[in-house]
Amino acid sequence: MSRFHTIKDNRVENRLFLNRIIAAFMLILLLTSGLIVRLVYLQIVGHEHYSTLAKDNSIKIEPLVPTRGIIYDRHGKVLAENTQSFSLELIPEQIPDLNETLARLQKLLDIPDDKIEQYQRQRKRQKTFTSTALLLGMNDEEIAKFSVMRPYFPGVDIKIGLVRNYPYKELSSHVLGYVSRINEAEIKTLPAAEYRGSTYIGKLGIEAAYETLLHGKTGYAEIETNVRGRAINNVNSVAPESGANLYLTLDIDLQKTAYDALEEFNGAVVAIEIKTGGVLVLASRPGFDPNPFVVGIGNDEYQALQASDSQPLYNRALRGLYPPGSTMKPFIALAGLEYNAIGYEQKHFCPGYYQLPGVSHKYRDWRKSGHGSVSMNEAITESCDVYFYNLASVLGIDRMHKFLQRFGFGERTGIDLIGEKTGLLPSQEWKRQQKKQAWYPGETIITGIGQGYLQVSPLQLARATATLGNHGDIVTPFLVDKIVSAHSTTVGPETHQGSMHINEDNVNKIIAGMINVVHGEHGTAKLISKGIPYQIAGKTGTAQVYSIKQEETYNENNIPFKLRDHALFIALAPADDPKIAVAVVAEHGSHGGSMAAPIAAKVIKQFLEEPHAD
Amino acid sequence: MQTETRSEQFQPPSLIGTLLRKLHIDIPLMIGLLLIALLSFVILYSASGQDLDVLMRQAARVGLAFLLMTALAHVDPYQFKRYSALLFGIGIVLLLAVLILGQIGKGAQRWLDLGFFRFQPSEMIKITTPMMIAWYLSEHPLPPRAKHLFIATLLILLPTLLIAKQPDLGTALLVASSGAAVLFFSGLSWWLISAIAVTLAGLTPVLWHFMRDYQRDRVHTFLNPEADPLGRGYHIIQSKIAIGSGGIHGKGWLGSSQSKLDFLPESSTDFIFAVFAEEFGLFGCVGLLSLYLLIIARCLYIASQTKDTYSRLLASSLAFTFFVYVFVNIGMVIGVLPVVGVPLPLISYGGTSVVTLLAGFGILMSIHTHKKYLIQP
Repeated sequence: MSRFHTIKDNRVENRLFLNRIIAAFMLILLLTSGLIVRLVYLQIVGHEHYSTLAKDNSIKIEPLVPTRGIIYDRHGKVLAENTQSFSLELIPEQIPDLNETLARLQKLLDIPDDKIEQYQRQRKRQKTFTSTALLLGMNDEEIAKFSVMRPYFPGVDIKIGLVRNYPYKELSSHVLGYVSRINEAEIKTLPAAEYRGSTYIGKLGIEAAYETLLHGKTGYAEIETNVRGRAINNVNSVAPESGANLYLTLDIDLQKTAYDALEEFNGAVVAIEIKTGGVLVLASRPGFDPNPFVVGIGNDEYQALQASDSQPLYNRALRGLYPPGSTMKPFIALAGLEYNAIGYEQKHFCPGYYQLPGVSHKYRDWRKSGHGSVSMNEAITESCDVYFYNLASVLGIDRMHKFLQRFGFGERTGIDLIGEKTGLLPSQEWKRQQKKQAWYPGETIITGIGQGYLQVSPLQLARATATLGNHGDIVTPFLVDKIVSAHSTTVGPETHQGSMHINEDNVNKIIAGMINVVHGEHGTAKLISKGIPYQIAGKTGTAQVYSIKQEETYNENNIPFKLRDHALFIALAPADDPKIAVAVVAEHGSHGGSMAAPIAAKVIKQFLEEPHAD
Repeated sequence: MQTETRSEQFQPPSLIGTLLRKLHIDIPLMIGLLLIALLSFVILYSASGQDLDVLMRQAARVGLAFLLMTALAHVDPYQFKRYSALLFGIGIVLLLAVLILGQIGKGAQRWLDLGFFRFQPSEMIKITTPMMIAWYLSEHPLPPRAKHLFIATLLILLPTLLIAKQPDLGTALLVASSGAAVLFFSGLSWWLISAIAVTLAGLTPVLWHFMRDYQRDRVHTFLNPEADPLGRGYHIIQSKIAIGSGGIHGKGWLGSSQSKLDFLPESSTDFIFAVFAEEFGLFGCVGLLSLYLLIIARCLYIASQTKDTYSRLLASSLAFTFFVYVFVNIGMVIGVLPVVGVPLPLISYGGTSVVTLLAGFGILMSIHTHKKYLIQP
C-alpha cells in the first residue's frame, strides 16, 4: 500500500483537501455560533444586570495604599520613617490647558525640565480625573509661592501625603538603600493588584531586599461613582495592611562612630556580633543622602554623585574588593597548623627576602633588614612576610584555596542584602579556566601575604574574622533581626552553619599571635593597646595599589595619594571571649597599624564599654 | 475546457480588469480587509478617547502593512515555496537570539532592537511555520505518513516552545495552531485527530505543572474572576460589564461609558472588542463576526481553487489561523477563554500584528492571482 502511495494521486488529494476545507469551515461556523450564543447571553439575558452595574452609578474599585513599614536599629532608633510631606498634584481633567499650566508652574516654582518630563510620562498611565504628583516633598518656600497664586491654577492643588524619610542620611544610605518612584520597567514585573496606587518601591539595600514585607498589603474600597467617575458613596472596603516593621541588628551610634573615625578616608568598616552573626556596623564612606532620591533626584545632582571621584553611590562594605594583604596571615597560619605543614614553635629565618630555589627573583620583606629567626607567634606579631612566603610555598595554592574557602572567602556571605560581590579566591583550576594559563609558583608565594589575585570585600573579611572568634565555626552575617507585622513577629534567621571541625587549640594559638599584634612589644598595632581594660586580638594589613619595581623602595611621600597602599585591620575583642569582630579598610591609608587599627579600636571600645540596656 | 479558456482570453480585457490583474489584487478579499481597517479606525478613535494622534499612528502602520501586502501579492508563490525552509531557519535563529539576549538582559524579551525599529521574530515565525510545514508535507504524498507527521510535529514544536519560553503564550498558541492547521488540511486521519485531542486533555495537568505563576493566575482568574476584583479578575469583570451593558443595539459610537471612564483597561489593544460590543451592541458584534467570516470564507475558497499542494496547504492554514486569532481574542474578552495576549486581528491598536496578518493575506493573493501560470497536471 505504501508503495502505491509513493506516486502522487492528485484526484485522491484533491478530494481529501476539499473535504477538509468543508470540515474546517463547519468547525469555524460552529465555534462562531458559540461566540454568538455567549454574546446573546451577555447582551440580552444579562443586559439588565450588567447595565445596572455600568449605568449612571457605577461601583469603582479604588486601591487603599498601605503604610510602609518602619525600620529601626537594634536599640529602637528610627532609621527609616514615613513623614508628612506636601506634594503638588494636578488633575488634568480640570485643567483647561495642561501644557500652558505646566509652563506657568515651571516658571513660578523653578521646576527642572526632567521633572516635567517625568510627570508627563506618569500622567499618560493615569486616568484624566486622577490626581498625579508633579512635585513631591515641597519646601515651605514652594508652598508659600504656590498658595498665593492658587486661584490662577484650577485643577492644581497641594496635597498632604506620606513620604519616606531617612534621618541618618549618608550614615545609613548603604545599609537601607532608599525608596523611589516606581519606574516603567518595574511596573511590568510587579504584581499589578498589590501596587495599584503605590508610588514608591525599594530600590537598594534593606528597602529593596525586604520590599514585599515593607510594602504591606493593598486594600481596596468599592466606591459608588457618578457618570463622570467621581466618588459619591463608599460601599464596601477592605482595609490595607501596613508593611512590617523591621528591627535591624545594626547599631546606628556605633555606625556613626565608625563612619566618623574614617575621617577623610574613603573606605569601609564592618562589625559583626560573633555569637549571632548580627551586623553591628556596615559603614561605607562616603555615603550619600538618600532623601533626594525619594522625591525624585534632579539630573544634575545625580550626575554629580555619579561623577564624583570618591564614588559615594558605591557600597564599599558590600561590593568593594580589595587585596587583603597581611590580614590574611592569621588564616594562612591556621592552615599551616591544620595541615600539620609547620609547627607552632618551629622557627624560620628571615633575612629580609625570600627566594624560590633556583630563581633569582627576591620576594622582599617589608622590613629590609629582616626579622631574624621567627616562630609563628612572632611572625604574626611582626607581620613577617618571609615566614609566610615560606609557609605558602610549603602549603601550596590548592590547600590554601581549600582552607580559605572554609572561612567564606570567594563566595557571598549570604547577608540579607542584594548585590554582594563574591570576591576572588584563586586556585590552579580557576586560573586555567579564567586566564587559560598555568599557575606559577611565584603566585603561590604572594598569596601567602594576601597579595596577587586574592580579592575580598570588607564584609567577607569581617565574617572570616568573626568565624575565627567563633572557634572556627562559620558565621553568617545578617541585618534584619526582627520582623513585626500585624499578625506575627518573626525573629532573625538561623545563623550557625555548623562546625568546620577546626582544632580549637590551633585557633587559640593564632589568636594568641593576634593578641601580640596589639599588646606585644613588637606588635604592629601596639599603638591602640593603651588604656583598655580588655585585650584585642588583631592583625594589620597594607594592600598594594601600586607595585614597586624590584630594586625600588616604597616611600609614601614620593607616591601620589591615589597610588598609596590601602590600610587594613581586622580585630576580635575581648580576646579571651570574643564578642565582636571588626574589619576596617581605609583606602590609601598607607599603614594598617596607625590608620586602620585606631578606627577598629574606637568601635570596639564603644561596643564593649558603653553597653545599652537592651 | 481548453477552448473555453482560450475564447475568454480573446475577449478584449476591460481597463480595470487589466489593472487589477497587474496589481495581483483579489477584489473580494481586498474589500473585506479595507472594511475591517476602516472599522478599526472608527472603534480606535472612540476607544482611545478620541485621540487623533493614536489614529494617525495606526493609520500609518496599516498603510504600510497594505503596501507590504500588495508587494507580497506580486511575488510568485513558487518563490515562497522555494525559500520556505530558509526563512523558517532564519526565524528559528532569530528566536534563539532573542532568547539568549533576553537572558543576558534579564527578564522577558520578545524583540530584537535593530536600531530603527524593534523586530519581533515571533511575528515572522507565525507565517514561516505554516510555510515550512506546507513545504515539507508537499514534498511527500498526502495524506502524510507517520514518519512525516512525526517530523512535521517536531518542526511545529520547535518555534512553539521557543516562543513559550519568552514567555509569550498567546503567540506560541497561534504558531502551534498555524502548523497544526497545515497537518489538518493535509489529511491527518480523523481517528488520529481524536487521539491527539484526548491526549491533550490528559496532558492538561502536566501542562499546569510547567506553567509560570502568572500563567496559572490567569487560569484561576478565568475560572473565578470575582475572587480578585482589584487585580487579575479586573479585566474580565469590567469587559463583561461593558459588553453586557451594550445590549442589542449598543450605546452608539463614542457612547461607551465604561471605556470612557477608564473602567476597562487596555481598551485600545487586547480588549477593544469590549468597546465595540458596548457601542454597537449585539447587532454590531454579529456584523463584525460576519465580516470576519466572509474574509475567512474567501480565503478558504482561494485555497480550494488552488491545485498546487504547497499553495493550498499554506492558503488554508493562513485562513484558519486568522480565525483562531479572532476566536481566541473574542473568547477571552467575553470570558469563555483565559486571558492570553492576543489582539483582535486588524482592529486592535498596534503595528506588529497588522503587518504579519496583512503579509499573510498578501501571500494568499499571490497564490490566487498567480495560479494560472502554474503548470497544471
